[in-house]
Amino acid sequence: MKALILVGGFGTRLRPLTLTLPKPLVEFANKPMIEHQVESLAAAGVTDIVLAVNYRPEIMTAALKRYEQEYGVKIEFSVESEPLGTAGPLKLAEKILGKDDSPFFVLNSDVICDYPFKQLAAFHKSHGDEGTIIVTKVEEPSKYGVVVHKPNHASRIDRFVEKPVEFVGNRINAGIYILNPSVLRRIELRPTSIEQETFPAICEDGQLHSFDLEGFWMDVGQPKDFLSGTCLYLSSLTKKGAKQLTPTSESYVHGGNVLIDPTAKIGKHCRIGPNVTIGPNVVVGDGVRLQRCVLLSGSKVKDHAWIKSTIVGWNSSVGKWARLENVTVLGDDVSIGDEIYVNGGSVLPHKSIKQNVDVPAIIM
Amino acid sequence: MSLQVPSRAKGGATPSTKAVILVGGPARGTRFRPLSLDVPKPLFDVAGHPILEHCLNAVAKVPDIKEVFIIGYYEESVFRDFIRDAARNYPNFSIKYLREYQALGTAGGLYHFRDAILKGRPDRFFVINADVCCSFPLTEMLKLFDDRDAEAVILGTRVNDDAATNFGCIVSDAHNKRVLHYVEKPESHISNLINCGVYLFSTECIFPAVKSAIKRRTERPRLVSYPSTEALDSSFFDQDDAEKSEVIRLEQDILSDLADSRQFFVLETKDFWRQIKTAGSAVPANALYLQKAFQSGSEEISKPSANILPPVYIHPTARVDPTAKLGPNVSIGANVTIGPGVRVKEAIVLEDAEIKHDSCVMYAIVGWSSKIGAWARVEGTPTPVASHNTTIIKNGVKVQSITILGKDCGVRDEVRVQNCVCLPNKELKRDVTNEVIM
Repeated sequence: MKALILVGGFGTRLRPLTLTLPKPLVEFANKPMIEHQVESLAAAGVTDIVLAVNYRPEIMTAALKRYEQEYGVKIEFSVESEPLGTAGPLKLAEKILGKDDSPFFVLNSDVICDYPFKQLAAFHKSHGDEGTIIVTKVEEPSKYGVVVHKPNHASRIDRFVEKPVEFVGNRINAGIYILNPSVLRRIELRPTSIEQETFPAICEDGQLHSFDLEGFWMDVGQPKDFLSGTCLYLSSLTKKGAKQLTPTSESYVHGGNVLIDPTAKIGKHCRIGPNVTIGPNVVVGDGVRLQRCVLLSGSKVKDHAWIKSTIVGWNSSVGKWARLENVTVLGDDVSIGDEIYVNGGSVLPHKSIKQNVDVPAIIM
Repeated sequence: MSLQVPSRAKGGATPSTKAVILVGGPARGTRFRPLSLDVPKPLFDVAGHPILEHCLNAVAKVPDIKEVFIIGYYEESVFRDFIRDAARNYPNFSIKYLREYQALGTAGGLYHFRDAILKGRPDRFFVINADVCCSFPLTEMLKLFDDRDAEAVILGTRVNDDAATNFGCIVSDAHNKRVLHYVEKPESHISNLINCGVYLFSTECIFPAVKSAIKRRTERPRLVSYPSTEALDSSFFDQDDAEKSEVIRLEQDILSDLADSRQFFVLETKDFWRQIKTAGSAVPANALYLQKAFQSGSEEISKPSANILPPVYIHPTARVDPTAKLGPNVSIGANVTIGPGVRVKEAIVLEDAEIKHDSCVMYAIVGWSSKIGAWARVEGTPTPVASHNTTIIKNGVKVQSITILGKDCGVRDEVRVQNCVCLPNKELKRDVTNEVIM
């Protein structure tokens, strides 16, 4: 089987992290975003993966080579010379996606969930129509494009309503699809949107179905959602009883949902959790309090610091008695001084912070 | 006692000197709330000792002072224990509390108790406002007094031009140090040399001056009443009191006249000086007194180490975990408990308070018996070293730069309190910023 991952541009919404690494390589729960997807696709029997990018990140090549070996897949870049939207890249990759009659997966690289590729493929095969999109239930459909089904049909989609004022349904497009190669004939090679042009056209012909997603879903394209998505992901690991989680019997684990790389060092008298990921070679000092945060590889949190709702970038250091909160994001190699308070700061790489950041701000 | 100006006794015996410390009263120190709700301001501990004791220490350095009066309108019982202890600690002089039954003003109070002050015919006496924090260079004031054959000496200090109009301003002759003009809290810039609230008066000069001010007042009541917000000695009066003719204030009613006609000189101190007006001002005062004690090699100051950044004062009965890091400019009161991994700097922690592990207290005052939870953060904002202001503007709003927890307050685990003033007996369960918590 085949798949296309829509990576797109520079991932500016996830800056300052994406100033250092391309978005697909930013670790989500200690594993690059793209690896979560490649792993799941491979497990569902996918052998050909296309990365649709509109820049060529040389830095990714090495990582992708590794995944090709590890997961037994072939990964190719499809580079847009100009941004082609969400449908154009499919056309651009027609040679691969349309090389046989089997359907192909399409996924947005920012979406994190329990990817149900196998069930999706089975469902798609069962109805026999052109396309199936995964939908997920949301509490506030008015913020999204909502799926409306044909009357008396559980899965066939009638239309999409963008940001409905009145309630028309609570299922939204989750950004993961399986499509027959015939869909490629519907797309022209120009900047075009799959949501706004391609899907409505397939709907017209009654050829588009929805597939309900079980469990969590999150677009983790920006820091706030990256943190929320981490919580959801860790909760789902807990539910599954996943072994990689740090056991709650560990004295410093508080409230569970804690994922700590085995190479990380944790000091004495810490209280960690809930919803914390700690990457490789991280050093956490004594008496540190961590909750709802992500410590990326090589970072260092000194004694007695307090961190909540924060992403600590690679190789950054957080001073003693520092306090970080409210979606603070530290880029690569940032240093936060002792006793400093940062409230919602986005700190660009290599900065050294010596004064409190009392209100959310971007520190250039 | 005759108030006719007698001829001055020149030469002969060494002139004798007394001291008067003005402490004000309970209805006055309102800007020292919430701390003055539980302890009268003069007895509030700064650098391990009551504010009043710092004044007595200064007086004790002048050998020929044998008698000290504390004048105010607190009840006698307020100072009873303090005076009893002081009598033991300062064997070289006697201490008496003289209680005003109504607010008489800084000069009115002196005049009211003139018989006590003049007993034994002292030649001169110091007048010290208790809410002043400085090095009290009393000996230098005496020397200037003698050198110039003065009738009055005022201690002055330079402040920034824009701050000067909050104080009494002194215009002096740069060469002979004579005071040429004095005006309390002027509207426009007059001088950046300001009144420190410490004076040395000849008895022959001051009482007749007060008497004539009283006389003048009865004939011509003062028309202007000054706003009492930031003036040096305004806490000693109410506007209502000020309207009464018996209220005579040194600053408004006497000093200006002295400048006109008398041998009135200023000693300009280059050393530190701060008012202890608002509760928050106790933190810079604490820092200055601690630094002074540290520089003079005081035994009370903790020995510097990896976890003690000097100067730090720790009461002998306090329990401080060795992994806690304290200082600079920290005072820890009696029976305080400080847990492991705690950070305290630029702060006063009062008796019986408890600070739990891994929390952080900076630019703050922690009230008596207050409890701060683990990983909590109680924090004010540093103000510029030279600033005489204890408020700052944050997001266009004036807030206290020092965070103050009153008596018996609680801060829950992990809660952050920033630039807040918390009245006694409150428990803070959520993060608070820039608030007064009733």
